[in-house]
Amino acid sequence: MTATAEDRERPQVSFWNDPKVRSILFQIVLLLVLAFMAYEIVVNTLSNLKSRNIASGFGFLSKTSGFDIIQSLIPYSSASTYGRAILVGFYNTLLVSGLSIVAATIIGFIMGIARLSKNWLVARIGTVYVEIFRNIPLLLWIFIFYSAVLQPLPGPREALNVFDMFFLSNRGFMMPKPIFGAGSMLGFAGLALGIVLAIVIARWSRARQMATGQTFPVMWTSLGLIFGLPLLGFAFAGFPLHWEFPALKGFNFAGGIDVIPELIAMFLALSIYTGTYVAEAVRAGILAVSHGQTEASYALGLRPGKALRLVVIPQAMRVIIPPLASTYLSLTKNSSLAVAIGYPDLVATGGIVLNQSGQAIEIVGIFMFVYLTLSLITAGLMNWFNARMKLVER
Amino acid sequence: MTKQHASIAYVRQEDAPLLPAPPSEVGIQGWLRKNLFSTPFYSVLTVVLGGLILWFIWDVFQWAIVTAIWTGSNREACLVPDGVTGACWPMVREKFPQWIYGFYPVEERWRVNTVCIVGVLALAPMLMPSAPYKTLNALFLLAVFPLMALILLTGGHFSFAFGSYVATLGLLLLTSVTVPLMAFGLEEGIRRNPHGLISAAISVGGWIGSLYVSGSAIPWTALAFGIGAAVFSLGSVFKEPSLSGRTAAYTWASIVIGIMLAMLLLGANLGLVPVETSQWGGLLVTLVVSVTGIVASLPLGILLALGRRSQMPVVKLFSIIFIELWRGVPLITVLFFSSVMLPLFLPEGTSFDKLLRALIGVALFSAAYMAEVVRSGLQAIPKGQYEGAMALGLPFWQMMNKIILPQALKISIPNIVGNFISLFKDTTLVSIIGIFDLLGMVRAGLKDSNWAAPSSTPTGYFTLALMFWIFCFAMSRYSIYTERRLNTGHKR
Repeated sequence: MTATAEDRERPQVSFWNDPKVRSILFQIVLLLVLAFMAYEIVVNTLSNLKSRNIASGFGFLSKTSGFDIIQSLIPYSSASTYGRAILVGFYNTLLVSGLSIVAATIIGFIMGIARLSKNWLVARIGTVYVEIFRNIPLLLWIFIFYSAVLQPLPGPREALNVFDMFFLSNRGFMMPKPIFGAGSMLGFAGLALGIVLAIVIARWSRARQMATGQTFPVMWTSLGLIFGLPLLGFAFAGFPLHWEFPALKGFNFAGGIDVIPELIAMFLALSIYTGTYVAEAVRAGILAVSHGQTEASYALGLRPGKALRLVVIPQAMRVIIPPLASTYLSLTKNSSLAVAIGYPDLVATGGIVLNQSGQAIEIVGIFMFVYLTLSLITAGLMNWFNARMKLVER
Repeated sequence: MTKQHASIAYVRQEDAPLLPAPPSEVGIQGWLRKNLFSTPFYSVLTVVLGGLILWFIWDVFQWAIVTAIWTGSNREACLVPDGVTGACWPMVREKFPQWIYGFYPVEERWRVNTVCIVGVLALAPMLMPSAPYKTLNALFLLAVFPLMALILLTGGHFSFAFGSYVATLGLLLLTSVTVPLMAFGLEEGIRRNPHGLISAAISVGGWIGSLYVSGSAIPWTALAFGIGAAVFSLGSVFKEPSLSGRTAAYTWASIVIGIMLAMLLLGANLGLVPVETSQWGGLLVTLVVSVTGIVASLPLGILLALGRRSQMPVVKLFSIIFIELWRGVPLITVLFFSSVMLPLFLPEGTSFDKLLRALIGVALFSAAYMAEVVRSGLQAIPKGQYEGAMALGLPFWQMMNKIILPQALKISIPNIVGNFISLFKDTTLVSIIGIFDLLGMVRAGLKDSNWAAPSSTPTGYFTLALMFWIFCFAMSRYSIYTERRLNTGHKR
């Protein structure tokens, strides 16, 4: 019975005009086209690889690389494998992106808040900073910092010298290197303990403030714990730490930590350029918090600094975080421009491997995989942070 | 009452005269007090920062004007024995034409200039909201201008085989069967045009057959049946005079004639010297890559955005994967992809232009970003607009073309301009894969030993930065202007 009723109610549409049929047909056609394209690509690629005598697969990763890398966070030499060279590049990418993200965030927050300052000059400086640095391509900034700022610096012999410990020359920035002797585990244990205690105290103080309204100087205690405990540990072990100072030997420095000019140029360009995007996000976020919030906190007797830190920024964070996440992502991707000045990041070392081995598909595949994974991880972390910062409504 | 009032001496009879604001609150002094010296902290900040800025501006001024070298014909002029000089402007003067045109032959540069002037003249009224004839203007910009630019810049001389004209014409004729479908709808279109469809089917069979069987009889037969299909299809439309039928037929005819004419023009010898793309360079390449990238990415981006919002799972999944894949990787890997992997994907023996390969990479990359811009525009359209369009009985594409997309694209204009700015800046990356764009050209010029002086590099980069800044700043101002103009309509 019901079936016939439904039949009667159904409008008389032809087979062709039924949206369901059409959508299924369209999807089948799309799938066929995609399958045909994939088939063509695979067939063409296989025949191309065959005619160029390139074996596909990741076997090449275990071959000896035969080239040196100017900066590596893990032991590496020209006798290491291609795989290890790419890993070195990956760590270098992480290093430069991590450093630049921190610096860009600091610069961006300062400049974003400065743009809203009541002081006309400060606000102008913020605006001019954003307008100048954002409207010039990042690659040009990298070249400017690399060849117009760092290369004219004096050579190692006439390096800019700070207390015989830090040297800035056209070979990079040299600084003392800490060397930990036996017994320094006690110091590290102190550091770990300090961090744990600081977290515990922060939690306890928040709980107490919620319950009684009394505040506790969390920041100073934490700083004291984090710096004091390791110091105590080292003192207890009799200071097993000593510093290796860079010293001029022949034409270059030896010893110490050598920060290569490529890293400095990448770091400066990435953090200053990306800082403009952070500044814009911060400014938009603060403007999104209604002015009544600031006025109300002044009425409660908070000073401008505290009002900003305790009332405005926490609310602005909700607006700031989504664009901030995409800014961090694009910074990580932009770090691949390092290849232009020879900083050995993932793309630069991968490019050398590609030129030597000819394994284009595998190498570009590794690039895509790594950057996609980094994107997904950053997006995931930012989503988690965003969820924590979200407005908790009762 | 009044009497009582009058007797009280201290009640005022008239308003107190308005006093002028205290001098510390008005004028320059007031402005300074309010904006620069409101608190002791701000006063210190103002003095310190102001000093730093004045010092910096003075330094740049000294470098660029006072101690700069203005005349000379080689590095000797910019090499001063006693040390530091300012900018080396004669180098810029000598290299500037190269920065604009690259290695484009000097006597052919008028072609680049013509393309540029026509482009600006056609684009300017497009950007001005009050200028008339938007449709004609857009038609010129999107159809005539690219053809003109292609012919002028490359010089034409595309060597098409005779067969390719025949094949293109044949394929275009086959599309004539869509005219009655568009005019009368799917079912009626099929019913009224059986002969056209049958000849089209025979023609398709002929074309496929000609791929496997050699001999010239088959393509000619296929072409003949294609002509037949066109005649039957158009005949079925004109049998019953209707406005929509005629419009569809004329549109189809003008597209076919336009494409064939374009092919003939590209293949013809117009007396222009061919210029290889490897000779292009400088600002020319930067503009070609960024403009082509943005123009190609718009239709692709719209399709992908619609796909991502589609109800069909296959379409949706494909769009999401495509968009996220391109957005998740840096442009430089995309350029590597297009320069080293694309040749592997194509049949052996096909090789194509380096610049074209980079263009494909850039277009696909920016299409993914464009898709997200368009998607955010689509999301801003209230659901009622979709429902209203569906209630009027509009099919999907008509709903999109006539109701949704005009509104969605209009509100995305600022973001599209923003996208164009970042694409324009990102174009500099092609210099890494060995294409001489503006940045690549400047860097190549700096390696010239004729101008090797310590001040050459800073001067070159300074000028380049200024050029990029002017372009990008102007575009961002335009984007802000459009945003303001569009905002007024939605203000409550």
